[in-house]
Amino acid sequence: MDQQCFLDNIRAAVARNAKPSPTPLPEWDPAMVTSQLAPDTDSDSASLWETFCQRFRAVNGQTIEGIGPLIALLLNADAKHGYLAPELNGPLAGPLQNAGITLESAIDTTRIDDYAFGITRAAGIIAETGSVVINESSTPSRLGALAPWIHVTLIDANTKVFATLVDAIKDLGDEPYVVFATGPSKTADVEGILIEGVHGPGMQICLRL
Amino acid sequence: MKTSQPIDAFGRDLSQEVKESVYSSSKAKYDKRIGALNAGYIAPDSLRKLAGQIKQHTLENLPSYLESAIGKLEANGAKVHYAKDGEEANATILGIMNAAGATKLIKSKSMVSEEIHLNAFLENNGCESVESDLGEFIVQLDHDMPSHIVTPIVHKNRQQIATTFEKMGLGDYNDDPTTITRRARTYLRKKYLEAEVGLTGANFVSAESGRIVLVTNEGNARFSICANRIHIVLVGIEKLVPRDKDLALFLNLLARSATGQQLTVYTQFINGPKAPDQIDGPGEMHVVFLDNGRSEILAGEFQSILRCIRCGACLNVCPVYRQTSGHAYRAVYPGPVGAVLSPLLAGKRYPEFADLPKASSLCGACNEVCPVDIPLPELLLRHRNKSKLEHIQKASAGTPPLGGWAVLCSTPSMWKSTLTLGKVMDYVPMKLVPVPAVQAWTQTRTLPPFRGGKFRGWYKEHRKHDSGNNQ
Ligand code: SF4
Repeated sequence: MDQQCFLDNIRAAVARNAKPSPTPLPEWDPAMVTSQLAPDTDSDSASLWETFCQRFRAVNGQTIEGIGPLIALLLNADAKHGYLAPELNGPLAGPLQNAGITLESAIDTTRIDDYAFGITRAAGIIAETGSVVINESSTPSRLGALAPWIHVTLIDANTKVFATLVDAIKDLGDEPYVVFATGPSKTADVEGILIEGVHGPGMQICLRL
Repeated sequence: MKTSQPIDAFGRDLSQEVKESVYSSSKAKYDKRIGALNAGYIAPDSLRKLAGQIKQHTLENLPSYLESAIGKLEANGAKVHYAKDGEEANATILGIMNAAGATKLIKSKSMVSEEIHLNAFLENNGCESVESDLGEFIVQLDHDMPSHIVTPIVHKNRQQIATTFEKMGLGDYNDDPTTITRRARTYLRKKYLEAEVGLTGANFVSAESGRIVLVTNEGNARFSICANRIHIVLVGIEKLVPRDKDLALFLNLLARSATGQQLTVYTQFINGPKAPDQIDGPGEMHVVFLDNGRSEILAGEFQSILRCIRCGACLNVCPVYRQTSGHAYRAVYPGPVGAVLSPLLAGKRYPEFADLPKASSLCGACNEVCPVDIPLPELLLRHRNKSKLEHIQKASAGTPPLGGWAVLCSTPSMWKSTLTLGKVMDYVPMKLVPVPAVQAWTQTRTLPPFRGGKFRGWYKEHRKHDSGNNQ
């Protein structure tokens, strides 16, 4: 069907049902939609990080600080081979390789299960919801952030810190693709039992350097 | 038990096991919803009202919002298609696949694709169409129907799923939920990577930016636009919201109302094909806007049902749904939303579904939980009225003829004399009254002793007394 006919039908339908007093588009204050779990509006960066950690842990995410704990976590999970976004080679490749962990900078889809972990940069974090913002600019390979069992997002001085969901949405800009990841992939489809790691990562980690 | 309505008969014959599982899962989701709303907000009700108003405004101005979204989508590099009905939508999707030489499609959960029976259509046309939401995948393997719009397999237990997996060659019998999930992960991973096309629905479309918003907990909608070349979004015209900022309100409400979460695990905002230097993801994006009876609904007295954001909260709270399960509604959309929507979407087949609006006690709970404040009980009543005016037999199955009652109620003298004789009711054995509805009703209930007819006398006395005092 062409656009004109399609829209004309809808126009005619709306006209047939014109209300004597049309419903106005309400304005709303962000404070109304912001939950009580959000940090105070005047929070400093330390308390925003604190709230983020709390909320992120509440959805079964893990936060770690420093490369040492990252290596320990990976070795502990027997994750000895994975994907590292090329732009993160500088700070991470050397220490990981020295610990016996092997890295690839691209995902070969014929060996998708070879990657036990994927490390990419976080474009931002949202304190209110405990979400990590992933977008095209921060993540050169969508698969690298999704297919491995462990997904580590790197948080550094360049990472935007949003206090609320409203703030993060305000900042979507022209990015063609943005994901707010709030914990590991999960389902409760089988008898309502919570299982993590359905199609996406079973472990969602935030690494702060 | 009264079984003249199909839904009653379905509920009667439903196994105790399914009944219990539907009941307990509905109750759990209902409790989680309240917990999440109250943890988040002091006055969650005001958010529902606000969201309802925004959606209502959008519907009343849908043409201009659609035009705006279309303009943005095209500017963002998406190709927009228009489908009057399911047939056109299916043909458009097949056309896109044929043009790209594609035969394999992976599909994330989308109610609207169920509505147009996309899987069957593609399979009949030599294409593979695989459901990737765990629940929908199991439904597809079983050639079954989802029974809930958010949790499609609440009617199945782990043993049934394990048997299906074994039969379909996904491993030896194992009913451990983690094993089931891991096997699906492994199987579907291959399908994601093989598919040339990923099809998703859309939870919301922003008219301001053309942004498609998708939420899933499993990550299937993420994977469906990761390894493939083409992304098709199939979306009903009612999914528009005016501004990007409104998304914050709707996302907060949707996650809490549907699953009791603060935010769904993955919230995706898609604003066109992948970025040029992105390695993975579709370089081609198509958006198919579907009408399929929606403009008819928009024009009539049921318009407000199009505000629905498919959260499933009205199902979870509904005492009829809890007793009968989603399959009792014989359509893609069950529960109170389905009882309103399914007869409308059926078009000429309206009479086939005209009994559904009767499947409600009109307790009003569905309206109270609805995140977009749809007056569901009122819409159910409008359906009943419509069916009555159109003399649709199915709508009055099991309803005793009430002509005599109507005459009685509208003739004061008859009413008065009947009341004076009311006491006789106490001595009539109701079970012997040869009206099936009366027999069914009294099978599980007893009438209290008649106490009516005294008010008129009391009122007369008091008026006399009052006017005496005033003199
Ligand atoms: S009618 Fe309301 S409560 Fe029911 S599914 Fe739709 S939005 Fe949710």
